[in-house]
Amino acid sequence: MIKNTATFLGTPAFPVAAREALANSQLRGNMRHATHTIRAKRAKVVGELDDFEQLRVAAKDIKDEVLGNLDGYLEQLEASLTRAGATVHWARDGAEANRIVTDIVRSHKVDEVVKVKSMATMEIELNTALEEAGISVWETDLAELIVQLGNDLPSHILVPAIHRNRSEVREIFLREMGKAGMPAAPDLSDDPVELAGAARRHLREKFLRAKVAISGANFAIAETGSLVVVESEGNGRMCLTLPEVLISVVGIEKTLPTWADLEVFMQLLARSATGERMNPYTSTWNGVTEGDGPQEVHVVLLDNGRTNVLADEVGRQALRCIRCSSCLNICPVYERAGGHAYGSIYPGPIGAILTPMLRGIGTDESTDSLPFASSLCGACYEVCPVLIDIPEVLVHLRGKVVDSHRGGVPGALQLAMGGASLTMRRSSLLGLMQSGAGIAGRVLGRRGLIGRMPPPLSRWTDARDAPAPPRESFRKWWVRTDGGRRDSGTPPNGAPKSLSASLKALGSRKGRKGRTQA
Amino acid sequence: MKVALFVTCLNDTMFPGTGQATVKLLRRLGVDVDFPSAQTCCGQMHVNSGYVPEAIPIVRTFVEAFEGYDAVVTPSGSCAASVREQHQIVARRSGDPALVRGVETVSPKVYELSEFLVDVLGVVDVGAYFPHKVTMHPTCHSTRLLGVGDRPERLLEAVRGITLIDLPAAQECCGFGGTFALKNPDMSVAMGSDKARHVRESGAEVLVAGDNSCLMHIGGLLTRERSGIRVMHLAEILASTELAA
Repeated sequence: MIKNTATFLGTPAFPVAAREALANSQLRGNMRHATHTIRAKRAKVVGELDDFEQLRVAAKDIKDEVLGNLDGYLEQLEASLTRAGATVHWARDGAEANRIVTDIVRSHKVDEVVKVKSMATMEIELNTALEEAGISVWETDLAELIVQLGNDLPSHILVPAIHRNRSEVREIFLREMGKAGMPAAPDLSDDPVELAGAARRHLREKFLRAKVAISGANFAIAETGSLVVVESEGNGRMCLTLPEVLISVVGIEKTLPTWADLEVFMQLLARSATGERMNPYTSTWNGVTEGDGPQEVHVVLLDNGRTNVLADEVGRQALRCIRCSSCLNICPVYERAGGHAYGSIYPGPIGAILTPMLRGIGTDESTDSLPFASSLCGACYEVCPVLIDIPEVLVHLRGKVVDSHRGGVPGALQLAMGGASLTMRRSSLLGLMQSGAGIAGRVLGRRGLIGRMPPPLSRWTDARDAPAPPRESFRKWWVRTDGGRRDSGTPPNGAPKSLSASLKALGSRKGRKGRTQA
Repeated sequence: MKVALFVTCLNDTMFPGTGQATVKLLRRLGVDVDFPSAQTCCGQMHVNSGYVPEAIPIVRTFVEAFEGYDAVVTPSGSCAASVREQHQIVARRSGDPALVRGVETVSPKVYELSEFLVDVLGVVDVGAYFPHKVTMHPTCHSTRLLGVGDRPERLLEAVRGITLIDLPAAQECCGFGGTFALKNPDMSVAMGSDKARHVRESGAEVLVAGDNSCLMHIGGLLTRERSGIRVMHLAEILASTELAA
């Protein structure tokens, strides 16, 4: 059995975790290459559809319909699943879901399970719970296998080993595969085909032996009770069809009303996720079919904070997420920080809003730092296939973080914000502040620039020069020159004067030599 | 048409030349622009940092300063976007129906400079002359929040003497992000360094943008590394004429 000891617990606040990641040149190179490759593929296949924008709106509307009437759809889903022969379990949180799954596995007296890649089970740390119960868990997705064998943590929703390159994968396979089952050939190269072959052989014996499989689901159709798993490698198909018992852990927001709704998402998901027109394997199943596939099917419907997200009027749009990762792949912050810095199974822009809402604001410093881990550039919203306005939710959550700290001793930023709020409600106070800034500029500036300064200003000046505040603010210039009608004064940096201003300047006492000559 | 300049607190305090260039440009185009002196700030820094209640008096000051005008021009895509996207959120938070109505009246009349020139005045050639090699950073808030599209490029293309050079990876964020630059300084600088590298590799002498906030960040990196590239606001290039160039 491989023991998974890797955990996101104890991840420092984002700025600290990101600083470490930024210094890791291997990680930076791997991430830049991978994200830019997927970005380009996505842009190409999305560009092929002339109704992509309508599809996004349709997907948003379907998800909003579900979220607005989730109670009814969930009851319908439960009835459909039960009718199809599945056993439905309800789990309020991760601990409850883990207990349900562990009990089912134990009741079959097996000591191992195979798993299809599933975000919900990673979110609740099901693998750790099963291992604590003495049950070996075999991840069968190639990238998830790399992460598991390396006793590592996933750093991407779709490509969990995105932070590894192929020579690192080769080393992990050579070192670890033998401990978990069939070893890799000693002459294994870093050729992707050879690496995939080693994984296939290693996994094949596990597929053929396993009695119990665990999956998630990309979609759960309320009308028919169908579960849908979308994947690329065929490992999912193996897990969903070979073992006798199948347990699927499904977040309650995965519900879709009807089978027909699926076509909207099937057009959006692969294009947004892997940049393919269609994913290679789509498996759908309805409960139990006699003599075909698993003969015992369990579905664990998981809340684990989702109803709290639903209660947040601004934040609930995050529950539309179909886990495509297009926001990760486009994000300049994610590209440079990598996934681990987000301290959660959900990294990147969607993680920066989903994690704090699922865990709750105020859980710890790391969680509260996530809504601030964005420059608000908006690239994520531009690519999201279900139109989640991530910047809007980030700003909303920043307010919640700030509000949760009100009432105590104010920090430096809170004092600065309070001071700026006072200054900005009266232009006279702003003018006063500008006079002070002008004096500071004359003291500190050299050729109009301010160089290295002590903390906290060093946060700016360590790496960048700062402009020295000018002697005269715009509003002082406006008063002195009557809005530029009387002597345009010192011209703006690099911007020459217009003819009329120049003639006026020539006629005035302060006419400047040289600059106004035609 | 009564037109007001919203110069923005950053330009007012740190980059008065941009405000002066905007005034000069608008006058040249026949617009008698006014500067209501009661104006201060759009409040974006507060809202984006999570201090919405603190932004309420700022938004009130904004509405009072500008409610008497037919159009408000601002040389900042980011501040224009803040007025249009965030002022209503702040007003609703205040619970003051008068402020909500005030924002409803004023916000739609606020234009970023390139929007005002192209959409309201209907000009693309503003009679500018600027014989230099220039590359443009489109800025995230101008393109993604405001949707200014190619208006700045069209204005620049019509400038006589100019050589416009494409900026590699132009759509990528420069990493300024307001208080992001201070809260996540390492990330901000990592993003800015890549932007500065793209600017250097473009071969341009001048980097232009519609927002001095991004330019303060990228420009601070460019001068620190003694790149010899200067940054200029769009208004400053558009205000330039042959006589003094």
